[in-house]
Amino acid sequence: MTSVLLLFAPVAAALLIPMLANRVRGIHTGWFVLAVPVLLFIYYLGFLPQVKDGGVHIGELSWIPSYGISLTSYIDGLSLLFSLLITGIGALVVLYSIFYLDKTKERLGNFYVYLLMFMTAMLGVVQSDNMIALYGFWELTSISSFLLIGYWYTRDRSRFGALKSMMITVFGGLMMLGGFVLLYLMGGTFSVRELISMAPELAEHSLFTWALILILLGAFTKSAQFPFYIWLPDAMEAPTPVSAYLHSATMVKAGLYLVARFTPIFAASEVWVWLVTSIGVLTLFWGSFFAVKQTDLKGILAFSTVSQLGLIMSMLGAAAAAFHVEGAAETMFKYAGFAAIFHLVNHAAFKGSLFMIAGIVDHETGTRDIRKLGGLMALMPVTFTIALIGSLSMAGLPPFGGFLSKELFLTGMLSLGELDLFAPASWGTVLLVAAWIASVFTFIYSFYFVFRTFTGKHKPDLLPKSAHEAPAGMLVSPAVLGLIVVAIFFVPNLVGDWIVKPAVAAVQPFMYGSPSDVDVHVAAWHGHITPELMMTIGIVIAGLALFSLLPKWQGLYRVFPEQLTLNKLYDSTMIFAESGMNRLSRSYMDGLIRSYLIYMFLGIVIIGLGSLIAKDALAVSFEGTAPIGPVEVGLLLVLVAATATTLVARKRLTAIISLGAVGYTVALLFVVFKAPDLALTQLVIETVSVALFLLAFYHLPKMSRHDEKRKFRIGNAIIAASVGLLMSLLAMSSVSQRALPSISEFYKETVYSEAGGGNIVNVILVDYRGFDTFFEIAVLSIAAIGIIAMIRLRLTRKGDGHEKQ
Amino acid sequence: MKSSDVILQTATKVVFFLIFLFAIHIFFAGHYTPGGGFVGGLLTASAIVLLLLAFDLKTVSRALPFNYTIMIAIGLLLALGTASASILFDVPFFTHAYDYFDLPLFGETSLHSAMLFDLGVYLVVVGATMNIILTIGSDD
Repeated sequence: MTSVLLLFAPVAAALLIPMLANRVRGIHTGWFVLAVPVLLFIYYLGFLPQVKDGGVHIGELSWIPSYGISLTSYIDGLSLLFSLLITGIGALVVLYSIFYLDKTKERLGNFYVYLLMFMTAMLGVVQSDNMIALYGFWELTSISSFLLIGYWYTRDRSRFGALKSMMITVFGGLMMLGGFVLLYLMGGTFSVRELISMAPELAEHSLFTWALILILLGAFTKSAQFPFYIWLPDAMEAPTPVSAYLHSATMVKAGLYLVARFTPIFAASEVWVWLVTSIGVLTLFWGSFFAVKQTDLKGILAFSTVSQLGLIMSMLGAAAAAFHVEGAAETMFKYAGFAAIFHLVNHAAFKGSLFMIAGIVDHETGTRDIRKLGGLMALMPVTFTIALIGSLSMAGLPPFGGFLSKELFLTGMLSLGELDLFAPASWGTVLLVAAWIASVFTFIYSFYFVFRTFTGKHKPDLLPKSAHEAPAGMLVSPAVLGLIVVAIFFVPNLVGDWIVKPAVAAVQPFMYGSPSDVDVHVAAWHGHITPELMMTIGIVIAGLALFSLLPKWQGLYRVFPEQLTLNKLYDSTMIFAESGMNRLSRSYMDGLIRSYLIYMFLGIVIIGLGSLIAKDALAVSFEGTAPIGPVEVGLLLVLVAATATTLVARKRLTAIISLGAVGYTVALLFVVFKAPDLALTQLVIETVSVALFLLAFYHLPKMSRHDEKRKFRIGNAIIAASVGLLMSLLAMSSVSQRALPSISEFYKETVYSEAGGGNIVNVILVDYRGFDTFFEIAVLSIAAIGIIAMIRLRLTRKGDGHEKQ
Repeated sequence: MKSSDVILQTATKVVFFLIFLFAIHIFFAGHYTPGGGFVGGLLTASAIVLLLLAFDLKTVSRALPFNYTIMIAIGLLLALGTASASILFDVPFFTHAYDYFDLPLFGETSLHSAMLFDLGVYLVVVGATMNIILTIGSDD
């Protein structure tokens, strides 16, 4: 249970932040925040020995037990890896942000509250075993990402980017919720663990593929896969610490987490294997190809992130493919799952540091435009060194961690070439070639990023600020990540044994019983020339050649028509949705109350008569009804006469008085039928409403309905007549055929003994059906407030012309 | 709406209290005999409307200086509070309680938490009705 409560530690800390931000002005708020991720990181480190041997920790807090919804913290290899990333990188990012965000100029309170909110949400996503809780946390990450992207909300681009990311990821989240509900329908539980244990039965179900596609939509939108990646480049409007944290290291990996977590359930499906792999490779290729087009440093990194996410995604697909291979643990199919997790760790390290470098360059030179930058190597040597480490790791060169995971990735792709299960064998080859070309472009943009910024000619007159080295505190976080990148290369198997293998065992339980079964040994040099090494050499040669010729062919990107891009599609969809919906609602919301009444009455008639006929419920029988005496007949005649007078009256006063007569006659009918409560209420209501009419008399417009067109009046007459007919038929039918015994006996028996009252009508109002009464008085209050708003606000608005906005 | 009907005004001064007392009676009697918060509230409102018809808006609002919007809020809170108080006693939402007490002057009387709820209804009905009537009536 402690582990569940600790999920909420960041949010709890966020409650104190606004107070600290306002009271303690001398100290940067970030220093207080820093304690949260650091302490949590240490706490999660404590789970490492247990999880390394395949143990899991489960903490549970019941939430809505009747629906099987609970807050569960399930810590196995996979969620521990993510939790460490979230808190570890989170700590570094907070440290970095202390120097990045000026404590006098920025609204730090907002920033850290959003950031801590995100931390809880993200920890919740990766630790929740209950799918409903997972969904809740998932949407909370979208919301906190929205708030953080829009942090500088006075900028148009920030608001646009925030909205775009929100639209796309929340759309995906809703799809995912649909998938979860389908899984619940199939398995009868919201627990992922229990669903995994019944995976073979689920695969037989007819809804299986639908659930799979819906959940993948959630994963693909969150992890910026093609064609949903378009929100990520626009999300770069966020402050750089946010980009480093949410949009490269953690939140965008939530989709990968989802795919990894559900692999044991869905791996049995060939749709899953090929969809995940193909979309992954397509995204990898697309992202790396368009990264070279970008001129904004963060733009390059955004596309590079898209591409790297695609890489990991494709590896997860290949990991699922291993399910279909006999004895996969003994063959080269075992590498894909390991490659995915291993690269995920590597990517978080090098991409986090590169984002921080981009932020430093922005901070110290005032621009991120790569065309204005250049020659910063001499001015910012430390920054350059860290950038070089990150970029070369991203390009897949030794001696950096990226080299090892790139090699494993190529092994995984090679293994797909041998898979001829569901698709033509050539498909695997196509994927392999696409992956190789994408790796070449990865190499090019890595070099493009680092060498265009730091080498070449320095152009001081183009820079808004004179460039100089960043303060030491700002360099700490990227330097730590850079060190990790190098360290991974030298001790890959230490990382593998402690962090990667437990996670792999969680992703591929169909292959491994425990983390120690994962028989993968990472080495930079295998003692002989492997196909992977050949491919890497090919990538370096092709990459170097293309990079040196870059100015010659970069113009190629301008050939693509701007009209056909996915961004254009998003924009026009949004514009169409907004104006189209506006036009649609204006077409029937014409502002006339009588039109709305017509819609309502027509609806009532159609639904009422329709269900009466469809259910064959029409019945008219006079059995058991009270006898009709002369008094009733007389009252009814008065009622009809008064109603008719109301309709044909030429003066409004006549109409009001005859309408009052209708009401009083009904009250008399109640008296005849011995219903004193109803009669009393009806009498008073009638009195008050006649008085109200007289009060409002002065304001009512001239009676004009007799001038209306004949067609309009006939239409209204038909609607009125059908409502009357419907109500009479309903009353007759329900009296003629009682499906249930009358409830009045129950009331008679219990009104004194249970409710302690004597008047059934009033006891119904305040006790039996108190809920109804409560909502009725709420409606009454809303109506009163509405009338005040309508009449008073109309008066004030006339004066200051707020209307035209 | 300035009225100077002496007969109406004189009669109103007496009738108002009759109606108002009857409204109070009907409100308290509601649990055992015809009546209740809803009718009681409407009757009270109609008594005030009678005042409005006999005199004018300004005179009446000076005589009865209530803020009817706040009255609505108090009524809603009272109703919601009565309904949710049951949660504190670990019984389902909206469970009422009652018992019999021996009060001075009244003798043995039944006191019912439903009465508090009904008082909320009463206040909302008076507040909403008067709000609507006053807003429409004073608009020009």
